[in-house]
Amino acid sequence: MGTGPLFFIAWAHVTTRLRQTLIGIIGVATGVGFTIMIAGVMQGNQRRFVSTLIDAMPHITITDERTSTALQPAEQLYGAAQRSGFTAADKRAGISNANLVLSSLRPWLPGAITPSVKVTAMVNSGSARFGVTVTGIDPRQEESVSKLASQMLGGTIYDLARGSNAVIIGQTLATKIGARVGSTLTITPGSGMPVSSPVVGIYRSGVRDVDERRIYSLMRTAQMLAGQPDLVNEMRIQLDDAFGARELADQIQGQTGYRAIPWQEANADLLSTFKVQETITNVIMAAMLLASTFAIYSIISTITNEKRNDIAIMKSLGMKEGLVQGIFIVEAGIIGLVGVPVGWGIGYLLCLAMSQIKYSNPITEGVQSIAIYYSPTHYAVIGLITLGCCLMSAFLPARKASRVHPVDIIRGAS
Amino acid sequence: MTEIVVQTVGLVRRVESGDGMAAIVNGIDLAVAKGEFLAITGPSGSGKSSLLYLMGLLDAPTEGEIFICGQPTSAMSDSERAELRLSTLGFVFQFHFLLPEFTALENVMLPMRTLGRLSMDEMREKAATLLTSLGLGEQLARKPNQLSGGQRQRVAIARALANDPTIIMADEPTGNLDTASTDQVFAILRDVANSGRTVIVVTHDVSLAARADRRVSVVDGKIAEALVNERAKAPAAQIARA
Repeated sequence: MGTGPLFFIAWAHVTTRLRQTLIGIIGVATGVGFTIMIAGVMQGNQRRFVSTLIDAMPHITITDERTSTALQPAEQLYGAAQRSGFTAADKRAGISNANLVLSSLRPWLPGAITPSVKVTAMVNSGSARFGVTVTGIDPRQEESVSKLASQMLGGTIYDLARGSNAVIIGQTLATKIGARVGSTLTITPGSGMPVSSPVVGIYRSGVRDVDERRIYSLMRTAQMLAGQPDLVNEMRIQLDDAFGARELADQIQGQTGYRAIPWQEANADLLSTFKVQETITNVIMAAMLLASTFAIYSIISTITNEKRNDIAIMKSLGMKEGLVQGIFIVEAGIIGLVGVPVGWGIGYLLCLAMSQIKYSNPITEGVQSIAIYYSPTHYAVIGLITLGCCLMSAFLPARKASRVHPVDIIRGAS
Repeated sequence: MTEIVVQTVGLVRRVESGDGMAAIVNGIDLAVAKGEFLAITGPSGSGKSSLLYLMGLLDAPTEGEIFICGQPTSAMSDSERAELRLSTLGFVFQFHFLLPEFTALENVMLPMRTLGRLSMDEMREKAATLLTSLGLGEQLARKPNQLSGGQRQRVAIARALANDPTIIMADEPTGNLDTASTDQVFAILRDVANSGRTVIVVTHDVSLAARADRRVSVVDGKIAEALVNERAKAPAAQIARA
């Protein structure tokens, strides 16, 4: 038995019932279009934010926290030893033999690494005090591990060497305390005497929290604030591929014994919010596709009801149930095949329209347009899922139609 | 020796009615020969159409057996029955049941497309020849709503003949037609029978039944009377057998 009439009849049905067909196509296209737009907006904004995060912070930070407690001399000599009378250290341990650690990592690390010193302190501005982290850096190496040089709004990172205890501060902090290049700040470390520091530069990373709380100085300034002249308590790593940070952090940790924190872990809370957002978005997208599926179901049900006489005569002529069922599934396929590309077009236009919308971002502190991620994968996956939904939605009414008993219809019509 | 193309043996069809199961066809034994024009008559509700649907494999019997060209059909699957209908049987109903989206030519081509044995050109040529032989040569491109009742029924006959079936079954084919069209349709069916095909017609019109080779009267699901019309085979125009 041939399948010739399958496409012939299906095509005739969809082309002679143009209004229904158009409604079906619009239903499918709308679902596809909006789903593409939501996927583009969601992923676009996530990617932009992640990229801002990646630019604003090291991909991996090695801290002076050991992953296991160092063995005490008594423990090395004897099988069992009791340790008691511990008191909190008043000085940071730092990374011992920092140069050795650096030279053991540099040969194989796919990226750049630089030592730095991190100290918490307060910045006094009139009666107000702001908690900050002073990061002591080597300006010559800084360009290889961060985007700080390109984020400078005033001054350069090499200006740190121009003044005694000079600092570079973030734009948000500068605005809060009314500082500008040339101003002098009073920085008070956790323990020690306040230090007067001239502001030699202002940067903007795009992340509000960083711009408000992170101050850069030379390493020796930070060491002086910590009261430990040789302290290196942090190593910052910029990788060629930021998304390989987790695996490399594990490797580094295993090799050095110091805790290595990839950027994903440092921002786990934020990234987990993305997961929730992603789940909600997926549910919304599924609901939209389901709505277009119902549109197809409704249309194919209507056609099969209207076509009961035709189905009866087709079966009496000798068409098998599968062939009759196939006719209506092909009809849904035709509607889907036309609706999906139209939906792609609608989706693309919606994305373009959305990208024109500006909004004020509280995290990055600026007016931005909505970021859109244009991905062929979105178009392909959403198109295929929709087409599958179209075919499945036609299955039930088509099966019901194919089971029409010709005698019932013929008797009724006679 | 006469070749039997349709035979029913102890055919019973029961359906649910208000007070239990009722036999609408009740033990019918009937044999129809090749090239025979059989008319089945009877009052409304007598079971004549039900008998036709059973013989046409559109319905399944509760009991008994139907042989089509010698093949027993009761054990056949729906799919096998559909294949047999497609290749061996042709149907004409009281209502034409033409597909409204298609032209007369396309409607006639439909069974051929389903069978899938001919090329498109061959199908088109054969359908055109059939329609022309039934006086519809000018109506090939017309859709059912552009044809008269008689023309539609003739297109339906052409469609029934499309796959060169051995047997044509017609259920009140003139029920919706005026006298002139009725005569025309019956003459065509007569010609079909004369061309060697078997024609089984259900009609309540006794005068038309008298033009068949044999007349079987069904009452209460049983054959009440069988008559042979000796002078039924009138000369007729040849129906194109493409």
